[in-house]
Amino acid sequence: MRLSMDLELQDIPGQLLLALQPLKEIKGNIISVVHHRDRKTPRGTIPVRFIVEMDRSKLERVKSELQANGIVVVRAGEERFIEEVTVLLVGHVLDSDLGDTVNQIDSTGFAEVMDLSLVMPGIDEPSSAYLRIRATGKEEILKSLAILRAVGAQKKLLVIEPIEAEAI
Amino acid sequence: MREVKISLVGYGVVGHGVVEVVGRKRKLMRDLGLDLKIVSITDHTGTVISPDGIAPEKVIGEKTLQNVKNSDASSKDIIRSVNSDLVVEVTPTNIVHGQPGLGHMEEALSCGKHVVTSNKGPLVVAYSRLKKLADEKGVMLKFEATVGGTMPLISLIERTLVGNKILGVRGVFNGTCNYILTRMAEEKYPYSFALNEAQELGYAEADPTYDVEGVDTAGKVVILANSVFNMDVKYSDVQVRGITEITPEALILAHKRGYAIKLIGEVPALTVKPMLVPLGSPLAVGSTLNAAAIYTDLSETITVTGLGAGRIETASAILSDIVSIYRTKQIDAIF
Repeated sequence: MRLSMDLELQDIPGQLLLALQPLKEIKGNIISVVHHRDRKTPRGTIPVRFIVEMDRSKLERVKSELQANGIVVVRAGEERFIEEVTVLLVGHVLDSDLGDTVNQIDSTGFAEVMDLSLVMPGIDEPSSAYLRIRATGKEEILKSLAILRAVGAQKKLLVIEPIEAEAI
Repeated sequence: MREVKISLVGYGVVGHGVVEVVGRKRKLMRDLGLDLKIVSITDHTGTVISPDGIAPEKVIGEKTLQNVKNSDASSKDIIRSVNSDLVVEVTPTNIVHGQPGLGHMEEALSCGKHVVTSNKGPLVVAYSRLKKLADEKGVMLKFEATVGGTMPLISLIERTLVGNKILGVRGVFNGTCNYILTRMAEEKYPYSFALNEAQELGYAEADPTYDVEGVDTAGKVVILANSVFNMDVKYSDVQVRGITEITPEALILAHKRGYAIKLIGEVPALTVKPMLVPLGSPLAVGSTLNAAAIYTDLSETITVTGLGAGRIETASAILSDIVSIYRTKQIDAIF
């Protein structure tokens, strides 16, 4: 069975080998390895996507071995979230309960906030948050944006959406 | 040679530009077969009338017509009584009631004179009425300069892209906002800093509300909706959010992820709001530039960019409109 795995590797030598080790042990056949060096995360790690031919029953073992090797397993074996969108929030993002804002997306079941960075220039000054949301499909991305719009209106936040999100 | 007698109403920055450009392009126009003559110029102080055409050098150095006027008749009287074929209406914009431009345009069209304008107000307030009047009188109402200044958008859609279904138009339609956002992103200036700079350079008015709150962009959205999409909408139908809440931190965050923040007007969605535009997108123009993406069924997306304002640039759009009126009948007609 062909499975995909999204990992985050630290930007130091030898990491890829560490990630490959558990796959070798279960005799997985690696179909592709894509290194997203250009999409370095705010944590300084590098996203890598593996496509591996392997037995699904061995997935948990591989995951725990990867984690034991210090590798972040973002997603493995699921193909649920396929669409992504970037949104910026400007205003009193933290004071208006950022946890709740994120939860409104996460609790949908069809979308989740997968990346978030916050810049707070000073107390009482508006802060800015970058949110990367992924969802199960295009429709769900639009629904997530609608939720954020409503939350933004309620919490007096400026919601800045990307132009490509809504095709005309 | 086709003689075209023009009454110019409004003698501010754009009015001066029109006099200059018509003067500068006189030979080129004659080569095209058009003899353009400005036979009257009107501003709030009075009117200069000269049936043989007003020499540009006589008026170009005058800020107002106070010292050179030879008539005190009302602007509507002038529009009606002066022997002209076409009225160029360039008085200041008011998008609440459209006056005085609206009255001028109604008078001109009622008298069977073509109207060319850069004045958004009357079109935002009463586009359908003006268009109907023009159709009834068999004359043309041209307004390329109202949306995107010199950037060809309306004529591009109406003429060049004819045959395409226009699915939507999205764009950066306000040079002042674009300048402010560009400078905030480049220099990490707070909003108020960038606004001050824009004011010092003459890109923003002393009262910048009209630009920065998105009012100007919304006016353009209304014009596009009514003219290109036949929607018959009003200013109040547009959902508007300006750029005043944007922080340099938001611009930096966006930039790190490969986006610029631009004030985007969109039709037929009827929205004006700051949006994330990928840095590589042709809409991610800097400085005071305008840009518009036209989404079509056959040609996919066409993007144009150019200066949205400026004396000569706006006059250039007006000149193109004037020529297109006469071309419609002579060159491009379908037999």
